[in-house]
Amino acid sequence: MSGSLSGISDLEPKSTTKIKSPAIHPVWLRLTHWVNALAVLIMIGSGWRIYNASPLFGFSFPNDITLGGWLGGALDWHFAAMWILVANGLIYLLFNGVSRRFWHKFFPLSPRAVWTDIKAALRGRLSHADARRYNSVQKTAYLFAVLDLVLLVLSGLVLWKSVQFPILAFLLGGYETARYVHFFSMAFLVGFIAIHLLMVLLVPRSLLAMTRGR
Amino acid sequence: MNKQMKSLETNVNADLIIKEAESLVGRFNRRHFLKQFATLGGLSLLTGCSISNNDSVEKLLGQVSRFNDKAQAWLFDPNKLAPTYSEALITRPFPFNAFYSEDKVPQVDATDFLLEVSGRVSNHKSWTLAELQALPQVEQITRHICVEGWSAIGRWQGVPFSEFLKRIGADTSAKYVAFYCVDGYFTSIDMATALHPQTQLTLGFDGQPLPARYGFPLKVRIPTKLGYKNPKHVRAIQITNIYPGGYWENQGYNWFGGS
Repeated sequence: MSGSLSGISDLEPKSTTKIKSPAIHPVWLRLTHWVNALAVLIMIGSGWRIYNASPLFGFSFPNDITLGGWLGGALDWHFAAMWILVANGLIYLLFNGVSRRFWHKFFPLSPRAVWTDIKAALRGRLSHADARRYNSVQKTAYLFAVLDLVLLVLSGLVLWKSVQFPILAFLLGGYETARYVHFFSMAFLVGFIAIHLLMVLLVPRSLLAMTRGR
Repeated sequence: MNKQMKSLETNVNADLIIKEAESLVGRFNRRHFLKQFATLGGLSLLTGCSISNNDSVEKLLGQVSRFNDKAQAWLFDPNKLAPTYSEALITRPFPFNAFYSEDKVPQVDATDFLLEVSGRVSNHKSWTLAELQALPQVEQITRHICVEGWSAIGRWQGVPFSEFLKRIGADTSAKYVAFYCVDGYFTSIDMATALHPQTQLTLGFDGQPLPARYGFPLKVRIPTKLGYKNPKHVRAIQITNIYPGGYWENQGYNWFGGS
């Protein structure tokens, strides 16, 4: 038994030293990231099908790329994944708050720094050398994603139970306005995901950091 | 007219029996399939292959939907009123929506119409339209929210449903109120919602007797629930402890359907 264990460490001598270096992303962050990714995928896929039942604009989403098969199925998916999205989101915010990671990672954040980093990124000169530190564009993008998800949940609550959440409904301009808020915050999230995935393609190391932590 | 309604009813019953038999046969086959390929469930979740058709996933979603019924019953505040609107905000024309097209709207004869009452009530007598019109009437301008997402503001007149429950001596500790309609539609609600001050046995729309397309002679208006929980052309009301389901609910719409 011990022989086979030492055999493994002989084969991979580097792995033991690596374990000692702290992870770029703690395990709770990686877990909540991937649970969130799955929940968001289900919410968007089923949400598009629900949108198709009564489109706000002059287009529908192709049914082939939606989830649920029909309106009733899509609603079932949507109202099941919402619990995962919200519970996971609360865990994410709680851990971020308790560990103070939120403040370390995202602040300070100044508009000037964001502008400088955007210009550098467009010239292909924005450094990703230290994956432990977010550049200003990353900080802005991730903060935006968090706030956008909060807005999606709040507007979703109004659509789901506008009578039971009257103050929230009022703040979001009533039921019909909340439909538009929900749609546009979805559209912005899809935009974020597109850029996020493009960046992962450009910097594949970040995918490793988000899966095995290093 | 009554004869016509009867034949409609037997047709619906026959359809339901066939549908149930089909689903039982289908379930057996799928269960057999599932036994052999149980481990493929997780794989299909990962690959995204036909997840919507997977029986175990469907079962799980059904269980979450039952959980959501409870969550909504817990969220439901019997004293919280749906927002009301000014006359200027009424949606005109108010949209027509049913499980059939507008030319199939049932034309009910008011003269021999009878509303049947059954189940856990002390007064089983049927009600004529004139008798219902003689009960105290109220009016509301509220938003009708459809499960599809659209909404429209309408003006409804009728009898507070809690008042009607009193008149029929309903056992208000019973769990469900079921509604059966002339067109074969049916749905059911929880007792807490049935007793909500805005739940209404509706006889009029926008100052007129209820037009055929909005449910003549009688609909139930529930501004705290989605459109499919607001039945039109109601011909029978039942107070019961046995889960009655509903036309859309039996096909997968969430039962509580609150808004």
